[in-house]
Amino acid sequence: MLEVSIRHAYPDFTLDARFEAPPGLTALFGRSGSGKTTIVNAVAGLLRPDAGRIVSEDRVLLNTDRGIRLPPHRRRLGYIFQEGRLFPHLTVRQNLHYGAWFASRRTPREDAGKVVELLGIGHLLDRRSGGLSGGEKQRVAIGRALLSAPRLILADEPLAALDEARKSEILPYFERLRDEVAVPILYVSHSASEVARLATTVVAMEAGRIIRRGSAAEVLSDPAILPAGAREAGSVLTATVVAHHADGLTELDAGGVRLFLPRVEQPVGRKLRVRIAAHDVILSRLQPEGLSALNILPGVVEDVRQGQGPGVLVALATPAGRLLVRITRRSAAQLEIGVGQRAYGVVKTVAVAPTDIGVTGS
Amino acid sequence: MNWLGPEEWRAVALSLQVSVWATLVSLPLGIFVAYALARWSFPGKQLLNGIVLLPLILPPVVTGYLLLLVMGTQGPVGGLLAEFGIVFAFRWTGAALAAGIMAFPLMVRAIRLSFEAVDAKLEQAGATLGAAPTWVFLTVTLPMSLPGIVAGAILAFAKAMGEFGATITFVSNIPGQTRTIPSAIYAFLQVPGGESSAMKLVLVSVAVAMVALLLSEMIGRRVAARVGGRDA
Repeated sequence: MLEVSIRHAYPDFTLDARFEAPPGLTALFGRSGSGKTTIVNAVAGLLRPDAGRIVSEDRVLLNTDRGIRLPPHRRRLGYIFQEGRLFPHLTVRQNLHYGAWFASRRTPREDAGKVVELLGIGHLLDRRSGGLSGGEKQRVAIGRALLSAPRLILADEPLAALDEARKSEILPYFERLRDEVAVPILYVSHSASEVARLATTVVAMEAGRIIRRGSAAEVLSDPAILPAGAREAGSVLTATVVAHHADGLTELDAGGVRLFLPRVEQPVGRKLRVRIAAHDVILSRLQPEGLSALNILPGVVEDVRQGQGPGVLVALATPAGRLLVRITRRSAAQLEIGVGQRAYGVVKTVAVAPTDIGVTGS
Repeated sequence: MNWLGPEEWRAVALSLQVSVWATLVSLPLGIFVAYALARWSFPGKQLLNGIVLLPLILPPVVTGYLLLLVMGTQGPVGGLLAEFGIVFAFRWTGAALAAGIMAFPLMVRAIRLSFEAVDAKLEQAGATLGAAPTWVFLTVTLPMSLPGIVAGAILAFAKAMGEFGATITFVSNIPGQTRTIPSAIYAFLQVPGGESSAMKLVLVSVAVAMVALLLSEMIGRRVAARVGGRDA
């Protein structure tokens, strides 16, 4: 458990945040400039906030009232930076073991062989970091943080510098970190799809303040909370793999509703998180017939939100969970959408990208 | 080395001795001062920077004379040290001191630049991995600045080999004691028929300078490749 309470004034805005991060992966989610990195750097001890209190697993890292401020090297954190920050003069192996040189021998730590195996970096050990690809660098950076015997892992937009292909290469490692390593993770991101896949808990931020804290499904499916903007809106459904079909589709069960997605390489019975972008859903007042789309979710309109632009965000309560639908204001008027009405959410199978599908911890 | 006479040979050996000592002894201090100037902010930082650079700008004769005033056996510091048996005036140690001080600004500049080029973000990464500041310096900053430190040391060595004005003012031109290559060339040129001896020492000077340059290029390239993270 991590408890954070920080106040820090910048010339143009003030950060005032207080939250608790339970075990698992806690995502600090918000636009750039909302203060996420300030929080992580304060937790790491790289930034001295004006006032605050930070407690990690009963260890006080910072308490400005009592004049306590542990220096970074005594905080026992594994920090995964956006740019990796591998030591260029050391080999991959030396980078991985760097933290272990300074950790007390008594502290329990991950087995180096297991971490190397988990991250698939065994073939890189004798290389220097300069020649590694972006994805390889980030995997080594994850391993280096893990092997320093941390009590808390911090990750500041660790995928932001990578292209889409590299992102989907790294995302599963964070899922495994979340599910297989007992250390809590504080993860900064402005990407709704990353947060949807990874977060156990989401702390949504806006302009230096925390606007909402809850599970990924709760926070991301709330049409009032759009830290990444309406274009990024989308809901998270939990679904179980039912069958893989010969035509390349995977059948899932989401609260009794059947979903068909492009083949998902996960065994039958596995629980998945599926993120469905709000702009990929079509809304229908009548039970649709004769449509090519395979996924039809019946539900009741819970909320209709209108912003500045031409779009309207509709929250539909379905048996599979809350579904966000983004339609135009004109469509909303034509359909006479209102709270309490029955409606159907239609999702094209191919609209769900592989990066939008993640495994979920038990 | 038969073509060098005993007197010339003595000048070459003395120059090497003086320059090696001047470089090695000033290197730790040079690293410390360069790091302080590159990374710390403290009152009097500009003053320290000025004092370090002063020998580069002052006429060498002035530096030598100031050394004589301060470090001579009658001077405040030299007198004190003389009580402990440490004498600089008119000894080879004095020549090394003069050469070291004259070379110091060049050394500090090169090392300071290379410290400044080390990304402070890497030092932060080291701290988050549990390394205390001293360890961060020893395991990240220092190895990453190695090309600049090597370059600074070689530059300082070459400068020490060529130091003349401050040396001759401070410790005079005593054969076998303080007569380094430049002083010897100067002395040979003062006596009739000394040109051939002077010429030989000129050739030695050129050779030493060339070797030092090539060496620094070679070491610098190798270290830079390693520090740059490429597989060497």
